[in-house]
Amino acid sequence: MSSYTQRYSGPAIAAHWLIAFLILAAFPLGLYMHELPLSPNKLKLYSYHKWIGMTVLLLFVPRLLWRLTHTPPKALPMPAWQHRIAEGTHHLLYLLMFLVPLSGWLMSSAKGFQVVYFGVLPIPDLIGKSEELGDLLKEVHEVLNWVLFGLIGLHVAGALKHHIIDRDSTLRRMLPFGK
Amino acid sequence: MKIRHIALSAAALLLAGAAQSVEFKQVDTARSSLAFSSKQMGVPVPGSFKKFTTQIAFDPAKPTAASTTLEIDLASIDAGSKDANDEVVGKQWFNVKAFPTARFVSSGVKALGGNRYEALGKMTIKGQTRDIVAPFTFKQDGANGVFDGGFVLKRMDFNIGEGPWADVSAVANEIEIKFHVVAAPAAAAKK
Ligand code: HEM
Repeated sequence: MSSYTQRYSGPAIAAHWLIAFLILAAFPLGLYMHELPLSPNKLKLYSYHKWIGMTVLLLFVPRLLWRLTHTPPKALPMPAWQHRIAEGTHHLLYLLMFLVPLSGWLMSSAKGFQVVYFGVLPIPDLIGKSEELGDLLKEVHEVLNWVLFGLIGLHVAGALKHHIIDRDSTLRRMLPFGK
Repeated sequence: MKIRHIALSAAALLLAGAAQSVEFKQVDTARSSLAFSSKQMGVPVPGSFKKFTTQIAFDPAKPTAASTTLEIDLASIDAGSKDANDEVVGKQWFNVKAFPTARFVSSGVKALGGNRYEALGKMTIKGQTRDIVAPFTFKQDGANGVFDGGFVLKRMDFNIGEGPWADVSAVANEIEIKFHVVAAPAAAAKK
């Protein structure tokens, strides 16, 4: 019983909420900025978007390493199919957490706009400038984002169902400062 | 022995002739280029002008007598992306409808020692004229003369980017200009 109430580790909780917060900032910013007509403001928002996204990519590395070297708390009792969906969602979320910013970085390289982190640290281009590839990667970034959006929706719905309907500690054990 | 001697002196003569008075005048536009780099949010964005004409008269033996003019077809700009190209020909940037060309006219050339020189002159863009100093190097490549140089142009000196674009924290004021000019010696230069 005690293993069911075990909380996530501090680093796992910190990485979870930090990355969640950054993704939920980058996502609406991405949707908003690309509709804007070209202006200094648009250039700024694009840069902020890229910096937030690159931060997600940067944080993803220690997060994945932590996850691979630490066993998360055991799942709470639930039907096997629910457990499979929850686990599958988590794995796909890890994948997209990596692929979404990576596709953005590749797109920037292909479009000929290098990413300069916080306007000071130039990040190498991954591929050379190519208009067709840039347009393709923009589509890829968009589609991956909608997949990520759907997964986050499912993930949040699952967490809330556990919290509100099942009244178990699934959500609480991932919350900071919880008991 | 004799033949070799003759050949050597002929070569020496030729070399001396080359080092003496050759004026480089015929600009090879296909092999010359005019590039620039702007900084957008700290990101260097390369660009270039596809169409420009330039007259040069440069004799390495008499660099101070050199002169040059440059005329840039501003609509031929490639600013890195289609969006940018559409934007920069507009009113707030180059306003190419009213000011289709930019012009540089040299007023003098200084020798800085070695193969380094400095062209001084006046640059006119969008109705504004400013003094420009452009350091460059000269080297001979076969029969041709090759000029490589550049300078930093402050876009706000010429009102390039007005209104919201006057915000130099988005697009930096300093634009790096780089030129590469290949010129052949004047045909049958007799002085
Ligand atoms: C967690 C990371 C990220 C998220 C959640 C995210 C999300 C988004 C979203 C939702 C859009 C709008 C897509 C559309 O409907 O058109 C977008 C656009 C864009 N993203 Fe990201 N992004 C992330 C990372 C990055 C990174 C790291 C870069 C570049 C280094 C980047 C570069 C861009 C660019 C340039 C666009 C605009 C495409 C265009 O309009 O041409 N993104 N992003």
